[in-house]
Amino acid sequence: MLITCPHCGTRPVEEFTFNGDASITRPTSGDMDQWHDYVYLRHNPKGRFEEYAHHSGGCRAWLVVTRDTATHEIFGAVTARDHAKKRSAK
Amino acid sequence: MKYSIFSLLKNTLSGHRNWAPAWRDPQPKKDYDVVIVGGGGHGLATAYYLAKVHGITNVAVLEKSWLGSGNVGRNTTIIRSNYMLPGNNPFYEWSMKLWEGLEQDFNFNAMVSQRGVLNLCHTDPQRDAFARRGNAMRIDGVDAELLDTEGVREMYPFLDFSNARFPIKGGILQRRGGTVRHDAVAWGYARGADARGVDVIQNCEVTAIKTEKGKVVGVQTNRGYIATKKLGLAAAGNSSEVAAMAGLKLPIESHVLQAFVSEGLKPYIDGVVTFGAGHFYVSQSDKGGLVFGGDIDGYNSYARRGNLPMVEHVIEAGVAMIPGLARVRVLRSWGGIMDMSMDGSPIIDKTPINGLYLNAGWCYGGFKATPASGWCFAHTIARNEPHKLNAAYRLDRLRTGHMIDEKGQGATPNLH
Ligand SMILES: Cc1cc2nc3c(=O)[nH]c(=O)nc-3n(C[C@H](O)[C@H](O)[C@H](O)COP(=O)(O)OP(=O)(O)OC[C@H]3O[C@@H](n4cnc5c(N)ncnc54)[C@H](O)[C@@H]3O)c2cc1C
Ligand SMILES: [Zn+2]
Repeated sequence: MLITCPHCGTRPVEEFTFNGDASITRPTSGDMDQWHDYVYLRHNPKGRFEEYAHHSGGCRAWLVVTRDTATHEIFGAVTARDHAKKRSAK
Repeated sequence: MKYSIFSLLKNTLSGHRNWAPAWRDPQPKKDYDVVIVGGGGHGLATAYYLAKVHGITNVAVLEKSWLGSGNVGRNTTIIRSNYMLPGNNPFYEWSMKLWEGLEQDFNFNAMVSQRGVLNLCHTDPQRDAFARRGNAMRIDGVDAELLDTEGVREMYPFLDFSNARFPIKGGILQRRGGTVRHDAVAWGYARGADARGVDVIQNCEVTAIKTEKGKVVGVQTNRGYIATKKLGLAAAGNSSEVAAMAGLKLPIESHVLQAFVSEGLKPYIDGVVTFGAGHFYVSQSDKGGLVFGGDIDGYNSYARRGNLPMVEHVIEAGVAMIPGLARVRVLRSWGGIMDMSMDGSPIIDKTPINGLYLNAGWCYGGFKATPASGWCFAHTIARNEPHKLNAAYRLDRLRTGHMIDEKGQGATPNLH
């Protein structure tokens, strides 16, 4: 898998550390059910998937990579900050 | 037909051309008392014990591909019961006891080989942790021996004892642990279930689960609709996808785990040895190939195929443990999809939907659990309540704070 980091260009997968589903959002309330769902439950889709990836062996930025979990095809990567901005604009 | 020395002799004389198929190839019926989704080890064992222990024989196992195409035919075949936490060890020890009697029980040669599982430790704190684990095992009546460096050297003199970074300080040995021929387990359970009337249906994929007023009524498959009031999910790496058909969201992520086999060698490693400074484990198959593996790749995947960085990582760990491995050629590698749970422990439970039962979250250790998992899941389905051996494997345990986290990693499925 090759990932194109917005800062570093196209880099091999071993430079990245993955941290799972980027579609879930941290609850703002103290509601325990919401926290349970946020911490423990996952959609875990087969197919297109947005995930956090830390460019730990490069610029060390947090990114959101879009990838197909069934084929490992990578569609692109943006910084986590841009991803969050785009999400809050929605 | 019962397999025995006589059936073998008889069939040898006729050139092995007259063996009957080990199970039928039935058409799906319109309805069953129980339907199991997934013809892996766990699904087949469940059907076997439903029929054998509970007398429920109007059962179908629906498998989307061929038997043994999933993890049951892809794992590195290690069995052990060296867990520490309450809730875990009695279950795994029951599994070990079932393994010990399995071949006689289902009349099939599964090559159960209690050749010993040795985990190496490389630091003093790690040895302390092993002593603690060993004591916890012994409290549960499980065999465990703590070895010092010399004890390990006697067993495996070719390990790298003088490795500057990872000197071998000793190990914990479970002599009753070992290996089992994985696909023979699927075949043995399939044959035993079939003989008791269970329909084992291959190439039958469940595509939807139908519920009415919070109750299961049946499943849609690529071979038509099948009605049932009791549906057991045992889909391993595909658990999230299948559970989503009933509107359930699970505490599970799917990850790819790779394994490897080398060219055939003369007898070299007579047990199972695991590295304690990285993730690497190795045994030798009866054909002579070294069978080994390591960590999951670390990203969500349904691809059954990993990437090269993990290949390099696993082999580096192997060579750090056994320098001689550097000269061995790898013959094949493959991947399987693991249902990694949030605390590293499985789920065998009822669900909020009436008649829907879940068996999932096996991470990379579910092969050793196969007999007990099937046994407990059959009990849970037949009695509509868990057995005390699987009572801790609740679906809601993360909500109530009763996680079973052997490694103390927290809610990080790619680290368990
Ligand atoms: C490389 C590797 C090494 C491993 N090493 C070990 C080890 O040494 N020791 C150990 O204890 N464990 C090990 N494991 C883990 C172990 O193999 C699994 O935890 C266990 O096999 C899972 O249970 P199963 O046998 O029922 O799974 P599977 O065999 O995967 O069965 C699930 C079945 O469900 C079917 N299915 C899925 N969706 C549907 C659907 N919609 N309709 C119909 N059927 C469906 C699949 O096709 C599959 O056949 C390893 C796994 C891998 C991949
Ligand atoms: Zn970068």
